[in-house]
Amino acid sequence: MRFVFDEDASAFRAAVRDLLDKECGPADVRAAWDSDAGFSAARWKQLAEMGVVGLTIAEADGGLGLDETGLVLLLEEAGRVALPEPLIETTAVGAPLLQALAPDRLAGVASGDTVVTVGLSHCPAVSGAAGADLLVLERDGALHAVAAPDVDLTPVESVDHGRRLARVDFAPAAATVIAAGDEARAAVALAFDRYAWASSAVLCGLADRMLELAAEYAKQRHQFGVPIGSFQAVKHKLADALVKLDFARPVVHRAAFSIARDDPDRAVHVSMAKAYASEAADLAARAALQVHGAIGYTWEHDLHLFMKKAWALGAAWGDAAWHRRRVADAVLPRLPR
Amino acid sequence: MALDLTFTEDEEAFRAEARVWLEANVPAQPLASFDTREGFEQHRAWERTLHDAGWAVVSWPVEYGGRGVNLVEWLIFEEEYYRAGAPGRVGQNGLFLLGPTLMDFGTPDQKARFLPRMARADDIWCQGWSEPDAGSDLAGIRSRAQLDGDHYMLSGQKTWCSRGAFADWMFGLFRTDPAAERHRGLTMILVPLDLPGVTVRPIAQLDGETGFAEVFLEDVRVPVDQRLGEEHKGWNVAMATAGFERGVSLRSPGRFMATAARLIDQWRERPDETLRDDVVAGWMDAEAYRLHNYATVSRLMAGGTIGAESSVNKIFWSEMDLHLQSTALRLLGQDAEVDGNRWLDGFLFALSGPIYAGTNEVQRNVIAERVLGLPRSAG
Repeated sequence: MRFVFDEDASAFRAAVRDLLDKECGPADVRAAWDSDAGFSAARWKQLAEMGVVGLTIAEADGGLGLDETGLVLLLEEAGRVALPEPLIETTAVGAPLLQALAPDRLAGVASGDTVVTVGLSHCPAVSGAAGADLLVLERDGALHAVAAPDVDLTPVESVDHGRRLARVDFAPAAATVIAAGDEARAAVALAFDRYAWASSAVLCGLADRMLELAAEYAKQRHQFGVPIGSFQAVKHKLADALVKLDFARPVVHRAAFSIARDDPDRAVHVSMAKAYASEAADLAARAALQVHGAIGYTWEHDLHLFMKKAWALGAAWGDAAWHRRRVADAVLPRLPR
Repeated sequence: MALDLTFTEDEEAFRAEARVWLEANVPAQPLASFDTREGFEQHRAWERTLHDAGWAVVSWPVEYGGRGVNLVEWLIFEEEYYRAGAPGRVGQNGLFLLGPTLMDFGTPDQKARFLPRMARADDIWCQGWSEPDAGSDLAGIRSRAQLDGDHYMLSGQKTWCSRGAFADWMFGLFRTDPAAERHRGLTMILVPLDLPGVTVRPIAQLDGETGFAEVFLEDVRVPVDQRLGEEHKGWNVAMATAGFERGVSLRSPGRFMATAARLIDQWRERPDETLRDDVVAGWMDAEAYRLHNYATVSRLMAGGTIGAESSVNKIFWSEMDLHLQSTALRLLGQDAEVDGNRWLDGFLFALSGPIYAGTNEVQRNVIAERVLGLPRSAG
């Protein structure tokens, strides 16, 4: 038992934080919101050059050959800056899925040239669809890999304008199938758990950043002649959110390990992660907004960029209540009606 | 070395050894409450049994009565201990708080003198920190220790000393420099409770048992070699104890995992669909707490330290315990009020969690000020 990340993981995280602090400030997130694809291809290329995009791809296919435990801290960093790029869709979900089922379709993914997303029936509005080059789509129990020119997109607007959801139509054919039957069922379940887990990690980063913003503001903002952060009502609100976050993180890290090791309890571990992280980000958002007061309620202030991603990811891939139910069904029998 | 959440062969073997011994040795009938004289001595006898088999203080060095295992193995032992339904630890204030502090701050003589006796339950310790006017604001301590040659003369009043009614020794904080204010000028002193001038007055707790006591000190002479750490530096010693108390040692995950397992059994016995979510929430929190603790001890074993984060831990376990116990009482419905039901004692005890070891309100201030960097409150 060694529940601590090694120095390599910490160093990688620090390098990614450096890059994102420079390249992904709130103004950059706003720019992504206003762009066609919903993200910056240039920043995606920078992440690819660092190895982040291809992190989960085998070294033979141009990646780093790492697993979820190597990715989880970087997803938290993505959350801290509300990264608009499809790190969840491509690196956490799409690439490992293709690696297992259709490694020949991985060309260009690690280098950042081919953006991948995965659409599952659980979430009919596919995230990152507008900017994807290759879409893996679940249809009638099979998984299909379809290139962007062969799909029709009907945009669905998310509260997080960077997410670019769309309903996707395409013509399923024998040539597009990459998995069917039991293999597809297992791959869909795994992709769903990866989506939920990766969203949890991003949610932890978002909560962390929102608490940081709120604490900064509480130190600067004076009312009644003192910084509002000296009031216990403010302190306790932020402390409660911090407790929630601090206990979400190890749960999310454990889920990363369980996915990487194909643990038989993977689904329960992922559900715990998604429930805790969604609730932690929700509480952090509420606390941060309340501490900011009216200025936090404006479009002009940056807080909403983080809150909206937290709300979107909290709801996507099973919200906290959905995942708590999944844990309950594993832990407690249902009563006969 | 990379993250690895599987137990090693050695860890599994240690768990198996503990499980086998506990299954064979845990008393079949529950002992009387350790807040009664009879129960206190029953628990002392159980501590001796534990000690003689090498299970009293597994993480302590062998020379002091432990078996020198690491903190991960200590967590494993604790899981097995509570899983087996073993008795509460009457010596916990000494074993889990003073013991580690003695190892950090004690002289070689003090360690040799106090630790083996503590491990064997020859001496059972209570904590003498709070005073009538120094609770959450511990720096308000007024009890005095005046240097007089090779002795300190102690005078004053300590209160809310858990296990104080029957304990043998007390580790107390005293003001050695009357001119110094707040947390300066305090000293940690080890006091036998049978000395002339010591009066112990037991206090009945919410459950009616004398779980804590007031300790009155009138010109009590204690040799200087019973000072722990430097004179006037008792606050640092106390905070090291408190940090470890809140952060790691006081409430290991094993007891909450065992409580959560009992709660699930209770639900199966008297299922109530409307309480299903609350039962599962308690189970999930116990799991989360377990993971958080393994992460904390892994960090400590990798050379890290524990600071204000320990306040985060304290808030979580105390509120979780209350949730587990009160959910169980709700499952009992109208039987919840019946005295002696298995959950009522747990509920009454859990109610003290958000109060002792520093109230949760104070912990929230600590988190806000030391983790989030918010300014100190005016009042």
